[in-house]
Amino acid sequence: MNALKKFTRSQLFMPVVCVVLVLLINVVYDVAQGRPFYEFFRIYLSDAAEPVLQGRLISILNRGSEVAILAIGMTLVVSASAGTDISVGSVMSLCACVCCTVLAGDMAPQTTELAVPLIVGILAGLVVGCLCGAFNGFLVANLNIQPMVATLILYSAARAIGLLVNHDFIIYVRNDTFAVLGGYVGPVPTPIIIAAACILIALVVLKKTALGMYIQSVGINRKASRIAGLNSTLIIFVCYLICGLCAGMSGVVASSRITSADPAAIGLTFEMDAILAVAIGGNSLGGGKFNLAGSIIGAYTIQAITTTMYNLGISSAVTPVFKAVIIIVIVVVQAPPVKAYFARRRAARALPTAKKEAASV
Amino acid sequence: MKKFLALALALVMVFALAACGEPATEETTPATEPAGEETTPAGEETTPAEGDTILVGFAQVGHESDWRTASTQSAYDVFNADNGYEMVFVDADQDVQKQIEALRNFIQQGVDYIILDPIQATGWDQVLTECEEAGIPVIIIDRTVDDSDKYISWVGSDFTTEGVAAGEWLKAYAEAKNIEELNILVIEGSVGASATLGRTEGFKQVADREGWNIIASQSGDFTEAGGQEVMESYCQSYAGQFNVVICQNDNEAYGAITAMDNAGVTYGVDGDVILVSFDAAKTALGLVQEGKLNACFECNPLAAPFVDEDVIQVMEAGGTPEKEIYMTETWFVAEDILESITVNGEEMPLVQVTDEVLAGRAY
Repeated sequence: MNALKKFTRSQLFMPVVCVVLVLLINVVYDVAQGRPFYEFFRIYLSDAAEPVLQGRLISILNRGSEVAILAIGMTLVVSASAGTDISVGSVMSLCACVCCTVLAGDMAPQTTELAVPLIVGILAGLVVGCLCGAFNGFLVANLNIQPMVATLILYSAARAIGLLVNHDFIIYVRNDTFAVLGGYVGPVPTPIIIAAACILIALVVLKKTALGMYIQSVGINRKASRIAGLNSTLIIFVCYLICGLCAGMSGVVASSRITSADPAAIGLTFEMDAILAVAIGGNSLGGGKFNLAGSIIGAYTIQAITTTMYNLGISSAVTPVFKAVIIIVIVVVQAPPVKAYFARRRAARALPTAKKEAASV
Repeated sequence: MKKFLALALALVMVFALAACGEPATEETTPATEPAGEETTPAGEETTPAEGDTILVGFAQVGHESDWRTASTQSAYDVFNADNGYEMVFVDADQDVQKQIEALRNFIQQGVDYIILDPIQATGWDQVLTECEEAGIPVIIIDRTVDDSDKYISWVGSDFTTEGVAAGEWLKAYAEAKNIEELNILVIEGSVGASATLGRTEGFKQVADREGWNIIASQSGDFTEAGGQEVMESYCQSYAGQFNVVICQNDNEAYGAITAMDNAGVTYGVDGDVILVSFDAAKTALGLVQEGKLNACFECNPLAAPFVDEDVIQVMEAGGTPEKEIYMTETWFVAEDILESITVNGEEMPLVQVTDEVLAGRAY
């Protein structure tokens, strides 16, 4: 009972409730359609030559990987600098373009052979991601530019640089080795493994080192942290660097999924999904304390909503409306006044019983 | 030290920018070179001197895709000295302002005809009025102008006909193959795009008439990732319930193929699912030849020959061209079981994709 109470009070409670609610919509719909209630949660092997895991839950975990990876970096950026990095979607696109251009070498725009070993292409993408992150970090941490304004530069420029790198083409790298990153390792979708690895590394680093505490401290009060001996500037810089690295990773995964780099389409509006994931996770966009697990749950909630739209067969034209309604509900139930209202009601209900107990004694 | 490092990183980025800028300009050079040559003699002195050369100004959208490059190339192929033309070419690079400026320059240069592929549908009335006052006929190609009718002709694709053609082909194909029941999944293009609306409408006309079952129709945003995600969902929702997938462009079809491979659904000539796409880029035609795509319906980028033949030649002969001119487009198929289909009462040939067909494709 106590454990339950503790959980309902924790920051993770509402995000978990939200994702469960979204999944429940599907259960209700499936039952109404005469399908078994577990239809949505069914995981099975496809009957292809190389069987792979299929099912709605797998789709959510698989397709939500990019936003989940982005959400890691975004959470840190939000916490440390009380601002958002709106360039991640464009940076994803740029990293994908660099990765594919390096892999294709002279054979661009279309090739089935890798010009260089796969790892070189991946590293090129990640390095560019880090450079973009460092650029944003320098503007925000060292020059004290508003995060929104600072990252606006790459928000508009990175995608265009990607087009330049690609010489305005979509570069196709139809190579099976490259396809693995966005495809399958055995029966398991690789993006799930990559996202899980990123999340694990982030959690370990944040829990086992003092970095997590430093970031929160800088986010709560930058000046006080500096006086207390923390290098606030460096910590904010590092957060943006990590965010850029995460964008690079998702960019590489996204391009491997389609074994091509489509500068105009990769990572489009992903920055908004990443920010939303942080918010759905119950984190304040005003910086300070953060809960990484919340953001990750938030990221998969967004994908769960998308998958729900597909499951319900809602026409594409009206999908954004339904998405908006669900997101409004999720955000409103987590709003401080609403939370305070429920807290008051709980207290009011607890009060008479406490009085009665006092009277009986 | 840290600051220095950050500054160095920023500098590296700037250089990286400059570095990637270079090859891009090189890339466009072969395209702009002939234009450069022709811009010089295109001044006022030369034009009246050579009375029989027709001077054409072409304001292109940009060079964002293979399709666009093919469109530009077709203009160079038609409007050259061999055909009695001179062309001033301007690549507006997605900038409307640049395009409007180009039109005003054309007026200054006193061109005989202006060809415009408008980046946006609106905002053209003023500059088109200027062209009209200067007595220069404007021909719109590909995209449309919605807020002005001060142009001679519009030359472009009829997306509805493309949709109808896909429907008519499917009907004839199903009859030839003795497929009685058609259960269709559609992967639409971007919501609200004219190509999406036309192709959906045209295909639906035939589907409604024949009483086909369109199970679902969702948007894949004209991208490979979109096609993949929608198809993955379709394979889970409607496993074993569909035998036709219509992708409204080639990229969506590439994505759908990956998703069906993963789900173990067979498609194409030897498969359970009939797979159809639109646009007919060279890569897609390769897939048609391999039999992975059953049919591919072209969206023709080669507008220049139509502008030459149906508009400029007509006007030179003193006639009035039609206001809307639809380009003929080719329907590509994988098998030779059908020779032609009837679209809107007109018999149209089907082209089986062979090595020669592929070699002759510009894009």
